[in-house]
Amino acid sequence: MTANIHILPGREDQVWQKGSGGNLACDRRSLAGSVTQRACAFCGSRVVLYPIADALHIVHGPIGCAVYNWDIRGSLSSGPQLHRNSFSTDLQEKEVIFGGEKKLHASLVELIQYYQPKAAFVYSTCIVGLIGDDVQAVCKAVSRETGIDVIPVESPGFKGTKKTGYQAACEAAFKLVGTGDTSQIGPYSINLLGEFNIAGEAWMIKRYFERMGIEVVATITGDGRVDDLRRCHGAKLNLVQCSGSMTHLAKRLDEDYGVPFQRVSFFGLEDTARALYAAAEFFGDPALMERAQEIVYEEIAKITPRLKEYRKRLKGKKAALYVGGAFKAFSLVLALRALGMKTVLAGTQTGSAEDYEQLKEICDPGTVIVDDSNPLELAKFVLEKDVDLFIGGVKERPIAFKLGVAFCDHNHERKIPLAGFEGMLNFAEEVANSVLSPIWRFAPRRMAQALNPKEDSHHECNC
Amino acid sequence: MLEGTTSEIRERKALRVNPAKTCQPIGAMYAALGINGCMPHSHGSQGCCAYHRSQLTRHYKEPVVATTSSFTEGASVFGGMANLTTALDNIFTIYDPKMVAVHTTCLSEVIGDDIPMIIAKAKKDGKIPEDKIVIHTNTPSFVGSHVTGFSNQCASTIKYLSKSSGETKNVVNLFPGWVEPADMREIKRLAGAMGLDYILFPDTSDVLDSPQTGYYKMYPDGGTTLEQLEAMGDSFQTIAMGPLCSQAAAEQLEKQCNVPAKVIDLPIGLKATDAFIDALRVAGDVSVPEEIDKERGRLVDMISDMSQYFHQKKVALFGDPDHLISMTQFLVDVGMTPAIVVTGTPGKKFERRIHEICADTNPDVVALAFSDIHYLHQWIKQNPVDLLMGNTYGKFVARAEKNLPFIRFGFPILDRVGHRAFPTVGYAGALRLLEKITDAFFDLRDRNDSDENVELVL
Ligand code: SF4
Repeated sequence: MTANIHILPGREDQVWQKGSGGNLACDRRSLAGSVTQRACAFCGSRVVLYPIADALHIVHGPIGCAVYNWDIRGSLSSGPQLHRNSFSTDLQEKEVIFGGEKKLHASLVELIQYYQPKAAFVYSTCIVGLIGDDVQAVCKAVSRETGIDVIPVESPGFKGTKKTGYQAACEAAFKLVGTGDTSQIGPYSINLLGEFNIAGEAWMIKRYFERMGIEVVATITGDGRVDDLRRCHGAKLNLVQCSGSMTHLAKRLDEDYGVPFQRVSFFGLEDTARALYAAAEFFGDPALMERAQEIVYEEIAKITPRLKEYRKRLKGKKAALYVGGAFKAFSLVLALRALGMKTVLAGTQTGSAEDYEQLKEICDPGTVIVDDSNPLELAKFVLEKDVDLFIGGVKERPIAFKLGVAFCDHNHERKIPLAGFEGMLNFAEEVANSVLSPIWRFAPRRMAQALNPKEDSHHECNC
Repeated sequence: MLEGTTSEIRERKALRVNPAKTCQPIGAMYAALGINGCMPHSHGSQGCCAYHRSQLTRHYKEPVVATTSSFTEGASVFGGMANLTTALDNIFTIYDPKMVAVHTTCLSEVIGDDIPMIIAKAKKDGKIPEDKIVIHTNTPSFVGSHVTGFSNQCASTIKYLSKSSGETKNVVNLFPGWVEPADMREIKRLAGAMGLDYILFPDTSDVLDSPQTGYYKMYPDGGTTLEQLEAMGDSFQTIAMGPLCSQAAAEQLEKQCNVPAKVIDLPIGLKATDAFIDALRVAGDVSVPEEIDKERGRLVDMISDMSQYFHQKKVALFGDPDHLISMTQFLVDVGMTPAIVVTGTPGKKFERRIHEICADTNPDVVALAFSDIHYLHQWIKQNPVDLLMGNTYGKFVARAEKNLPFIRFGFPILDRVGHRAFPTVGYAGALRLLEKITDAFFDLRDRNDSDENVELVL
């Protein structure tokens, strides 16, 4: 069947196979008319800022945008839960004609009085600029009236992909930076950027650093607080996880406040250890390094026996992954390798040229790499490569299941912490739970293979 | 998560808190998926399309395919003509659907793109293959709700495709409204059992509940076919279920092809299913087969068996108007008391209908269109109820109200699987609803009753 699925014309150079030479094109807009798995700028800004739990997040526009982003990210807060509500100005025809400024103003004032948030973020969706609303002016006026920071996030959907939205979010967050008191911050202090506390991951990671003797001033934005953002410029180092979304903020902090940053990842044992060592090295205190090594040793010892079990069961299985950012892809390739698995297809929605270079390097020969892919293409490679596991997000899940392939959610909708040392064990468990399910033996492809072990199964595909 | 909600209902002039609706295009997309070999196309920014696909996928747990015009900054200034033309060209070359159903978004509506003109030009310029079809519908998100989008897509499809050949056929059109694939299957089963020839439109069964085959089909087997869509103009009658979702389409067909429209409520619950079966009986001039009579009998039997547990139980409901009207009627019919019924979709008619239905049992019922879940939550804080029914978002209200019994009903359901497999329409669907209601009550008792009060037999 796979022979019948072609790579879309115009996309050939966004697909690359290790060992084939040539380059991979990326960083371009999706073709009009394509079934892209990508979202928009608004989505990018919304998911990045949303975990700031004591801020008010209001979506200015017609109702849809607010609904689809309502509490979809499993970012946990240890305190306020305000961010999990959905606030929208629900623009109607009348406002589209006469403007929505008044409604936005009234909404903000009402909400601020009722919930007493620490700050407010106002997200402009597609049409706000077009109907002539001056959101900036409204924010300023409300700010004056209520005494709290009301910050516009300029990210109408058509501005670009999620990446554009990430930048807008960073700009918005940066407005708060530098307004808090940093006098209490110690010399060994860091911020964790791009850590969204999915299923409590930020808490796990924070504990490692605290055990090392390093103070975490702010996690941005997981379990985020407005006041932490205000004083985060007082930290001595920024560790940037999920490079795609937060590098811009890190750069701003570096430029304006001289806080250097390093890209790290907390997925997988190797990367987590490397991140702890990087911080220790930065501060140059041998005691820190010693403690980091102790922690790594201790934590790995704790999980190794069980990890070995999983490895035994998963060895030789083949994985495909299609995730948002490239950094996550790197970590996943390594983590899968640690489980004895092989990555045969790796792709991202928004990787940059630099990212793909790195990805090419760490992948095995024969691995297919795709940029901004679509269901047909993904299905093609999953079948061609006879994949056992697909790692992706909500739109990929049912495709994998239709093909009779196990699936692991590694996106922001998951509810299980996959970061850090314990996370690696959870990850192994997740993968095993799905890959080792007896159901895949009933998948038609596998049944055909069982009957006819030598030949590859062929199905007619009507796509 | 909603612990902060206070009971004092505040006047809100301007905003929506925890909405009980969403935007038009997602409804259009769902309806278009119910057409065989059709590619829904979202004319706007990439995000809209991604959202709608994701949300439908979360609800149906199925791949949902749709294309987007991928608007850029330029398109927002100069209009989306170039994007749509390129898109159509690409879609037919690459994905080869039989038909493309374009719907607009906030952005293309505000820009004011003239879609029919763009389609005509694309056709003239050879961007659309001769044997392929492109239709469109307008779905501005600042008007109505997702339900409106569904209705618009249905009506526009008919406008473009249905024809009358002058010869009326012995076929009835069934417009099921926005119900689940399992419901559409059940409606077909019932119509078949009554011995009628029918065309169901839209039909998402075998599209969004397809079996695992081991391969991925961009266009699954199901869906109303283009031939059927055309032939609907020759049917002798249309039975349109759910006024908000189906009436516009039925009226369009009546106007266009003289097919008389009969509008009934969604066949959810006893009375509404009776009305549906009766409509089929009259239309087909047939008598109701024993098989269906027995189904009904079993439902009535279960209602009687359990009636003591239903008596005057207060219920809060939210969701979409068509669903709520039938459900409210059903609750009244089994002896329960709808206390507050809320939809996010605007429309005063809805409020009137709910008041009519509850006139005898609860004249004080609160019926609100264009409202939201936050309002409902505040209201039940002051006026406690025994049961909450609504989509997945209701669970936060249920938790905040000390595990108020809660039944998932409507769209979207993101955290359960039953709606994919079992219908809520028809007598069988009503049985399932009763099971859910009694389970919710009994589970609560089993959890909370003191040892000496725990009942073995209920
Ligand atoms: S921009 Fe408009 S059409 Fe698109 S998701 Fe938002 S509300 Fe819906």
